[in-house]
Amino acid sequence: MSPTILMNALQLGLIFAVLSIGEYITVNIMDSPDLTVDGSFVSGAAVCAMMTLAGMPNLGLICSMLVGALCGCVTAFLQTKMKIQPLLAGILTMTGLYSINLRMMKNMPTVNLFIKGKPAPTLLSNEEFRIAILLIIVLVIVGLLYVFFKTNLGLMLRASGDNEVMVKSSSINVDSMKFLGLGLSNAFVGLSGALLAQFQGFADISGGTGMLVLGLAGIIIGEAILKPKNVGTGLIAAVLGAIIYRFLYTIALRLGFAASDMNLVSAVLVAITISIPHLQKLMKGAKNNA
Amino acid sequence: MLELQNVTVIFNEGTTLEKKALDNVSLTINDGDFVTILGSNGAGKSTFFNVITGSIPVKSGKIFLDGQEITHQPEHVRSKTLGRLFQDPSQGTAPHMTVEENMGLAISSHRSLFAIAVRKQEQEQFKQILSQLDMGLEDRLKTPIGLLSGGQRQAVALMMAVVNPPKLLMLDEHTAALDPVSAKKILEVTNQVIAKDRITALMITHNLKDALENGNRLLIFQDGKVTHDFSGQAKEQLTIEDLVHCYDV
Ligand SMILES: Nc1ncnc2c1ncn2[C@@H]1O[C@H](COP(=O)(O)OP(=O)(O)O)[C@@H](O)[C@H]1O
Ligand SMILES: [Mg+2]
Repeated sequence: MSPTILMNALQLGLIFAVLSIGEYITVNIMDSPDLTVDGSFVSGAAVCAMMTLAGMPNLGLICSMLVGALCGCVTAFLQTKMKIQPLLAGILTMTGLYSINLRMMKNMPTVNLFIKGKPAPTLLSNEEFRIAILLIIVLVIVGLLYVFFKTNLGLMLRASGDNEVMVKSSSINVDSMKFLGLGLSNAFVGLSGALLAQFQGFADISGGTGMLVLGLAGIIIGEAILKPKNVGTGLIAAVLGAIIYRFLYTIALRLGFAASDMNLVSAVLVAITISIPHLQKLMKGAKNNA
Repeated sequence: MLELQNVTVIFNEGTTLEKKALDNVSLTINDGDFVTILGSNGAGKSTFFNVITGSIPVKSGKIFLDGQEITHQPEHVRSKTLGRLFQDPSQGTAPHMTVEENMGLAISSHRSLFAIAVRKQEQEQFKQILSQLDMGLEDRLKTPIGLLSGGQRQAVALMMAVVNPPKLLMLDEHTAALDPVSAKKILEVTNQVIAKDRITALMITHNLKDALENGNRLLIFQDGKVTHDFSGQAKEQLTIEDLVHCYDV
C-alpha cells in the first residue's frame, strides 16, 4: 500500500477515534449504549459544514460539539423526564434529527465545502499539518477526559454507570448524570462528524448510518488488544482500536470489498467480538459433554 | 432527631396484591439513639428505611428530620445527610472503581465538582480511616473494589457511610450476608464508628442476640406496625426468651 493511503487511513482513524471516545462514555462509563449517535454525528457535520461555508470553520468545530451535546441532552430528557427506555429514547432523537439535519443543510442531501469553486479553508486544509493537528485534538481530548474522570464530578458519573442502585440511594442526582454523560458523549460524536466533513470536503445527510457500530468496533478492538483495567487505558484503547480498525478497513477495501460492504463487516465484527465469552462457554460445555 | 407522624405505605393499592407495608406508624428517634430493629420477613422494616430515604413515597403521614419536614424531599437531596447500608455488599460500592475512588465518592458531594477527588491528602485520610478496620484495606487503595470479599466491601461501604457523619445511619441487615467472622468484625466496627461520632443509628437484624447486645433501644415491627418499643433499662433487662414471645421469629 502506498504511503498516501496509509496516511489517509491514519487520519481517518484519528477522526473516528474521537467518535469512539464519545461512545466510550456511554458504552463503558455509563454502561448504556446510546443510539443518538447516528443522528448527532450528522448534526455535528451539518452545523460545521454550514459554518465553514460561512467562513467560520473553527467556530464550526466548536459549534458541532455544542450541537452534539444538545442532541445528547434531548435523549437524556426523553430518558429521565419522560421515562422512555434508553434505546428507544436514542432512536427517537436520531429519527427526529434526520429532519433537523436536512433543514440545517438547506434541504440538500450533500453540502460540498467549496467557496467560489475552491475548497473552503479549514483546520485540516494544510495536508502537511493535518496529522499533527488531528493527533493534538485526540490527545487533548484524552488528556482532558482522563483528568475529568478523576474529579469529583467524574467519579459521580462513573459511579452512576457502575452501580446505579447505589447512586440512586446516594446524594448524586442520577438524572443529572444522564444529561452530563449523554451530552458529553454526543459532543465528541458531533465533533467527529464535523472533522470528517472538513476532511472529506462535504457533509452527507446519510453519513451517520452505521456510525454507532463503527465507533463500537474501535472500542472493542482496543479492548481486545490492551485489556484496559482503568479509565485512562480504556480511553487510549478506544483511540488505538479506532485507528487499527481504519487500517483493517483500508486493507479490506484493497482486498476488493466495496465501501458499502463495510457496515456489514463492522456489524459482524462487533457481533462476534461481543459474543466471544458466550461462544467460549459453549465450546467448554461441548468439551465437557464429549 | 427523626420523627414519623402517622406514616402509611400501601403497595399495589386497589389490586388483589394490595399490601399495607406501613400502617399509621408514629415514632420518634432521639439524637444519639442506637436502635436495633427486629421483625419477621415482610413486617415493613425495609419499607420503614425506604420512606426515610425517600426511595418509596408515603401514602399519608409526615416525616421530619431535625425539625425539618422531608416527606417530599427528593431522595438525592436527603441522602446528603443520611447513611445507608444494605444486606448485599455489592449494593453499597461501585465494583469497577478502586477503594480510594469509592471513598472519594463518599465525600464528593461536599466538595467542589471539578476538584481532583483523590489527591495525596485524601489518600492519607482514607488510609487512616481504613486502618481502623484492621483488615489491611489501607494497603489496597488502588484495588477495584469488586475484587474484594463481601466482608471487605461491606467494611468499606460502612466507612463510606460515616466518613462525613450522617444525621442518621441506617443499617439493613448489613451483616446477614457475611460469614460469621466478617459479620462479627463488621458489627464491632459499627459500634466503634457509631460511638466515636455519637451517630444516631437504626440497625435491622434477624439475630436476636445482636439486637439485644447492641444499642440502647429495640423496636419490633409486625404487619407494618411497631408493636414493641424497649428503651434503656427495659431493653437491658430483656432476654432472648422475652423476645421469642414478642413475635414469630
Ligand atoms: N416495591 C415494592 N412493591 C410491592 N410490594 C413491596 C415492595 N417493597 C416491599 N413490599 C412488600 O411490603 C411488605 C414489607 O416489605 P419489607 O419492608 O421489605 O419487609 P421487611 O420487614 O422484611 O424488610 C412485604 O409484604 C413486601 O412484599
Ligand atoms: Mg428487609
